[in-house]
Amino acid sequence: MKLITAVIKPYKLDDVRAALDAFGILGVTVSEASGYGRQRGHTEVYRGTAHRVELLPKTRLEILVEDSDVETVVDVILKAAHTGMIGDGKVWVVPVDEVHRVRTGERGAAAL
Amino acid sequence: MEIDSGSTAWVLTCAALVMLMTPGLAFFYGGMSRAKSVLNMMMMSLGSIAVISVLWVLVGYSLTFGSGSGPLSPIIGGLDTVGLTSILTGENNAIEGLPDMAFAAFQMMFAIITVALISGAIADRARFGAWMVFAPVWALLVYFPIAHWVWSADGWIFNLGAIDFAGGTAVHINAGAAALAVALVVGRRKGFGTDDGFRPHNLPFVLLGAALLWFGWFGFNAGSAVAANTTASIAFVNTQVATAAAAGAWMLVERLRFKGATSLGFASGAVAGLVAITPAASTLDPIGSIILGLIAGAVCSFAVSLKYRLGFDDSLDVVGIHLVAGVIGSIAIGFLATGAVTSVTMAEETNGLFFGGGLSVLITQVIAVVAVLLYSFVASFIIAKVIDMVMGFRVREEVEVDGIDQVHNESAYEFTGMHGTGAFGAETPASSNGTAPGEPVKTEQKVEA
Repeated sequence: MKLITAVIKPYKLDDVRAALDAFGILGVTVSEASGYGRQRGHTEVYRGTAHRVELLPKTRLEILVEDSDVETVVDVILKAAHTGMIGDGKVWVVPVDEVHRVRTGERGAAAL
Repeated sequence: MEIDSGSTAWVLTCAALVMLMTPGLAFFYGGMSRAKSVLNMMMMSLGSIAVISVLWVLVGYSLTFGSGSGPLSPIIGGLDTVGLTSILTGENNAIEGLPDMAFAAFQMMFAIITVALISGAIADRARFGAWMVFAPVWALLVYFPIAHWVWSADGWIFNLGAIDFAGGTAVHINAGAAALAVALVVGRRKGFGTDDGFRPHNLPFVLLGAALLWFGWFGFNAGSAVAANTTASIAFVNTQVATAAAAGAWMLVERLRFKGATSLGFASGAVAGLVAITPAASTLDPIGSIILGLIAGAVCSFAVSLKYRLGFDDSLDVVGIHLVAGVIGSIAIGFLATGAVTSVTMAEETNGLFFGGGLSVLITQVIAVVAVLLYSFVASFIIAKVIDMVMGFRVREEVEVDGIDQVHNESAYEFTGMHGTGAFGAETPASSNGTAPGEPVKTEQKVEA
């Protein structure tokens, strides 16, 4: 099993969710995140004084999948979150040792 | 003279309008401060309501508008109306056609907001206790005397012939100069000029506050006619157009300098316009008021940057807006006063330089401006310095960094828990200091300022 983490532009969340849904992914954890990459921040002006806003709002998705689905799910996310502009975000994959479903106690692939 | 019921109703209504300005100011200032110090910021305005209302009734009205005696009468009023007991049923003594109490009520609100205005200079770092001492002492030694100079029939500036319709000198230059003095005594905040965290935490609050100030300001300016008459109507229109023009001018300057107009710029420009028209609302025509508003909005949008160049931490720009716009409005009378208006609104027709009146009005206005500015700055500096030496005007650095709201035993916003459930970082119901819910806090647990 693998954990796919994606950090994307917030306004792309709906597109990515729709795409994942169409693929048949049953659960996603979404959280608000902030950070910076190549895009850096932006400048705001208050009464003539410039303030750098270094951290930009992003949306983080976490999805647990079976090894066989990893490549396709990553592709789905990459396609749905893509704008071609700087700041589109990143997707990465890490191995997962165990998964348990709290309600039933199921383990492994059955808990996904 | 009979009591004029229309005028009495108007002046009492205006007193309530001016009262609303101080909570409005609390929102205006509170929105501009940081999330961790918004309550302290608002409390300084509210504290002014609490203490100055009482002080005004006790001695303020008497020292400001009471009949002075002998050589002191141009400087300070007497004690003949202390406690207001002697004017309870008085009529026509203060203003023709009005119960004396109506005028006393109206003027009370001016004293409250003038004191509150100063607090914008010392956001995030002033001990609340020190502020609550400063407020009445400053009113006693600075506001009451200056308001007496400017508005009492015995006052020396009044008798000089200087024009201050609703408080350009007595309120705004006065509060602005005091703000500069107090900011210098209290000192710069940690991170001033370098820390990017110093930005408004709630701009909608700022806009709400500006809206309440604008609304209340009709009471401030049109009410200063102290009658329901033509002067009030002219002042009303002038107030609206000068304010609108100033808000527009500030946004335009921003658009040209920074490629974007801001909501804070609109609100700041509006207040600059309100301040500038305050002394001049009864002497300019609406076209002159628009010109004044454009100048005030544009100039103040640059003036607010002065503190970084000169190195004083006037946190919310009381100097850059109230002092500067107060000076602009007071001086503008010397140029833009027009007989078309003053022949109706004043005892005698008065013209500024641009309307063939010569230099005399301008010179008188400059004297009034300089006198108020100097006295207020020096006296305020001394008062603040003494308070600082005796009890300390500033909180400890740790309190300043963690957020001054903690000295009020409150926090403005409950953001610690996810969806308000207290899931992250919130204290457990029986809190860590051993106090059960509902149990009074032991005094030694109070955070020390």
